[in-house]
Amino acid sequence: MKSPVRFERRLEQPKWLNWAIPVVSLITALVLGAIVLLATGKNPLDVYSRIFERGFAGKRALSGSIKTATPLAFTGLCAAIAFRMGLINIGGEGQFYMGAVGATWAGLVFGGDLPPGAVVIVMALSGMVCGGLYAAIVGVLRAKFNTNEIITSLMMNYLAAIFLNYLIYNSTSYWRDPESRNFPAGKPIPDRADWNFYEVGGIKIPLSFLIAILAAAAIWVLYKRTRFGFEVGVIADSPKAARYAGIRTTSTIVIVLALSGALAGLGGAADVGNFRGLLDSKGLQMSGYGYTGIVVAALARLNPISTVVVAVLIGGLTNAGFALQGPDFPSGLVGTLQGLILFTAVAGEVLVKYRIRRNRQAAAVLA
Amino acid sequence: MNSNIFVIIASSAIFYGTPLFFAALGGIFTERSGVLNLGVEGTMLLGGVSGAWASQHVPGSAWFTVLAAIIIGMAAGALTSTLLAILCVTLRTNQTVAGLAITIFAGGVGLSSYFANIWKVAEAPVDRQVRRLDVFGWADAPVVGPILFNQTILTYLSWVLVVLASVYLFRTRFGLQLRAVGESPQTADAMGINVVKYRYLHTILGGALAGLGGVYYSLAIVPTWVDGMTKGAGWIAIALVIFGFWRPSITLIGAYLFGALQSLSSTLKARNVQVSGDVLDALPFFMTIVVLVLVSTRFAHRRLGAPAALGFPYEREER
Repeated sequence: MKSPVRFERRLEQPKWLNWAIPVVSLITALVLGAIVLLATGKNPLDVYSRIFERGFAGKRALSGSIKTATPLAFTGLCAAIAFRMGLINIGGEGQFYMGAVGATWAGLVFGGDLPPGAVVIVMALSGMVCGGLYAAIVGVLRAKFNTNEIITSLMMNYLAAIFLNYLIYNSTSYWRDPESRNFPAGKPIPDRADWNFYEVGGIKIPLSFLIAILAAAAIWVLYKRTRFGFEVGVIADSPKAARYAGIRTTSTIVIVLALSGALAGLGGAADVGNFRGLLDSKGLQMSGYGYTGIVVAALARLNPISTVVVAVLIGGLTNAGFALQGPDFPSGLVGTLQGLILFTAVAGEVLVKYRIRRNRQAAAVLA
Repeated sequence: MNSNIFVIIASSAIFYGTPLFFAALGGIFTERSGVLNLGVEGTMLLGGVSGAWASQHVPGSAWFTVLAAIIIGMAAGALTSTLLAILCVTLRTNQTVAGLAITIFAGGVGLSSYFANIWKVAEAPVDRQVRRLDVFGWADAPVVGPILFNQTILTYLSWVLVVLASVYLFRTRFGLQLRAVGESPQTADAMGINVVKYRYLHTILGGALAGLGGVYYSLAIVPTWVDGMTKGAGWIAIALVIFGFWRPSITLIGAYLFGALQSLSSTLKARNVQVSGDVLDALPFFMTIVVLVLVSTRFAHRRLGAPAALGFPYEREER
């Protein structure tokens, strides 16, 4: 039997698909989510309207969503920059933790002495270095031994989580509050090391969200306007061609992964400096920003600027999920919706690559 | 003698290695057909939560309930990977992202947690379990007793499966055709083999086995459901497929090795051995990286490499 449809490769990809695909993906995901909700006896309209209310309606909701969107923008950029080169870095989660560890250290050491602006820079750099080096390990293994980066980067997420537990729960490390004997917690960084918030039309915008926008713009320039970005594109399309052209693929792999990790690490620094003010082992592990970042990057079709926009969207969803969690709004629902969005986003890529035509003959047979 | 630490470690290596083996065996079938399944972790969790639900709700005698739980868990795994097959085989999407989508969708903070919540699986213990057996009454025999004769029925099933799978893959026509599909779908297609059918069937079979691994977690290892209870086992299973060079027998050995590592922490703590729990917890993940580096050297790849078409969608129209 012949299949009723056939796939025809598109010779050129029309521009309007760039925004049409994510929009259609999102709507389809919501429809599929509605089916899951209906099948489990929930009213999808009710659930969705509550998500919208808590995530996007009003200044307070938007402030909360942008707050949640900030770490997601960084982890989304982390995934996007690596995926663009065909490097599947799913270690954003662990690199984010390591960035938080590095930034907390810098905040604790320098927070009391340096002027506040300098503290922000030192914390951000420290987070980027820690996240970047952590990801560079994956890059070196991939470049030197051709070790599959997907699994190694994921394994390093678990290792980073165990490291966090060690720092806060199972040792008397520099990061742990010495006064927290019975309920171990992180040592808070000095107040004057906290990063700023700015109010725009009643909506609170964290400094780190602005940094995320800057980072996205910088990556856009790097990939579109520099020789390095061009080389990355060639390697992504054909590693062989890149090697014949004399592009140093091994060092590019390490650099791209280190950059990717540095972005996640910067997110970790933002998490400490702008939001939590200490190394929160449990909170970090429960948030799963690294994994959600993959959803963000995929829906943004790996475009850095769209990544920030999509981060606000998914941030709103996640934020509403935290706020609504309870018997009527079971945990796991937001994760399920995010998974569905990722499904439809990948499936949407098919429409970019192919034109789907009905098979005339098969249709006739079916009729 | 049976309280000797080596006997205990060997016994728990097999006990904890069994679910890893099921998931990895599923991975072997899937990958041999040319499909990469990165959704194993999520698939295991959905299998596990469905099995736990069935164990609490299916009426009848204890063994019937457990059997039903195993079958329902496997069915849940099969359904999950059907989704993967639709994406990867029919829609020809990027297999890596599709697999990740499955794990995020079904994983510890996704659908498996949602189901656990609305079915209230975690609120009561899973009483009807897959228990350790006393085979021939030899469970107390010195040394071999606890290791070989005091495992669950699923471990004995896995020993049958390792033989069946090896024969299927390397001694039957279907196995030969499956490997052809994974190595060169164009050639297989030209030979008249239905590439799409082979890929669908083996991806679904792989999902069912991952589901079985998940059921092992919720019915044999931990008596109460915990969200995300497989704690990375699905990912270790994917690494085990590579470690075992896509062969069931080597993979079984690898699974027991990692089973030993996973159980080391609780075993040593129970015996008051002074070691850092964190180091022991980190060991399986660290060793996975080490093992991956070792097997990705060029020699290993040339001799026993991955299916050549692994990860690539098959497009008949393209040459």
